[in-house]
Amino acid sequence: MRRDRVNGYGFWAIGLHWLIAVLILGLVGLGFVMRRTAVDPALQFSLYQWHKSVGFVVLGLAVLRGLIWLVGRHPEAVASLGPVERRAALSTHLTLALLCLVVPLAGWAVASTTPLNIPTFFFDLVVIPPLPLGRSEAGEGFWSLVHAGAAYLLLALAALHAAAALYHHFVRRDEVLSRMLGRPGPHGPHAAPASPAPNPLQREGSKQ
Amino acid sequence: MKPVALTLLVLPALLCVSSVQAAAPELAQAAGTYVISGSSQIRFTVDQVGGGGINGKFTKFAGRMRIDGNSIGASTVSFTLYPQSVATPEQRISDFLRSSAVFDAETYPTVTFRSTAVRQTGENTAIVDGMLTARGITHREQFAVRLQGLKGGTIAFNVTGDVYRSRYKMDVGTPIYLNVVKFDMDIRGDKR
Ligand code: HEM
Ligand code: HEM
Repeated sequence: MRRDRVNGYGFWAIGLHWLIAVLILGLVGLGFVMRRTAVDPALQFSLYQWHKSVGFVVLGLAVLRGLIWLVGRHPEAVASLGPVERRAALSTHLTLALLCLVVPLAGWAVASTTPLNIPTFFFDLVVIPPLPLGRSEAGEGFWSLVHAGAAYLLLALAALHAAAALYHHFVRRDEVLSRMLGRPGPHGPHAAPASPAPNPLQREGSKQ
Repeated sequence: MKPVALTLLVLPALLCVSSVQAAAPELAQAAGTYVISGSSQIRFTVDQVGGGGINGKFTKFAGRMRIDGNSIGASTVSFTLYPQSVATPEQRISDFLRSSAVFDAETYPTVTFRSTAVRQTGENTAIVDGMLTARGITHREQFAVRLQGLKGGTIAFNVTGDVYRSRYKMDVGTPIYLNVVKFDMDIRGDKR
């Protein structure tokens, strides 16, 4: 475990960010295919089960990211960002992080309310019990809508967010994307100087 | 699909009755050919992890059984069910069972059972062996039959048996849904 660079993302933040991002994009694609295209019914059944298991992995990782955010130091915005950009970035990041919790929770609610009553057998290892919501077509319909709506909103926001990252990298040529890749900026090391790794547990001002 | 086996049971029951009440004609009545009536109930259950499962039934089927008056072991049963008629409390599950994932009812419109051996195991019980064909695959299966009644040309059996669906390439959904399909059938036959 490496300590965060003074004004950068730590090993865990970076790892979680990209792992969650990849899984989310995969799950949106999978969700769309299994739900909206004519796939073989046996394959469709398996896709649903994979979707639920991987979705729970994302829920776990997103909770972990939330905890790290709460206890750790969240890096300040890159210095070249204006106040509006900072606010936009922060609210986008918060919304994205929140949706990474809401989407799988709503998916869990779908699985918990559908009268199909298909158990969630996490990677065929353990049964994840349903949320105590009661089963009905109406409940399933509602949570299905919330789950799909939140998932596609997450996708749209992530696209915007990724576009902003690319804009910063290739047009503004700042270190926004580089620091999320764990590298110093590609256009000169105006990344924070390496500091003599202090004990992460003794960081002062854990966040501001 | 194995209701035929039930016929075997009839004979012992008849014998039992006749020995107590000295009504020899009853045996002669039980012997004969019966057509399985539409009032029969073909129920099945597939359990799922964590409790519960799928309860379903087939509403369309046909069959006949011949009870041999001289030797129960010579009795026979043949039964056909139409998986298109599968019904569960959830339409989507019924559709799934009909689909190519499970019965593939369009390609294989029937599931058949033909008895190969009948063995009396008690006063009113018997075991019926036979060949079950589903999705074009044939396997030997066994059903337990219990005679429940015989009245005025109508005979009633309860037939139970476990079938491993993986044998018929129907193991979609395992291990969430168990491989075993438990049949519990109330078969009624009308004498011809
Ligand atoms: C971050 C994680 C997840 C993402 C991004 C995601 C995304 C999606 C998407 C895009 C769809 C298709 C929606 C549509 O077009 O109607 C979908 C459907 C579905 N998801 Fe998820 N999902 C996630 C997690 C979960 C979890 C954890 C579960 C359950 C435990 C779940 C259960 C479902 C179900 C049951 C459907 C089908 C809904 C329906 O029939 O309307 N998902 N998901
Ligand atoms: C579903 C996909 C994504 C989600 C949910 C997501 C979410 C987030 C969140 C919550 C943050 C705040 C920092 C943290 O992780 O604690 C963040 C930061 C960041 N993300 Fe993403 N992200 C996604 C995809 C992407 C993609 C595809 C790119 C790049 C092309 C990207 C580039 C960045 C960058 C550069 C930052 C750091 C911004 C800064 O300097 O503060 N993200 N992302």
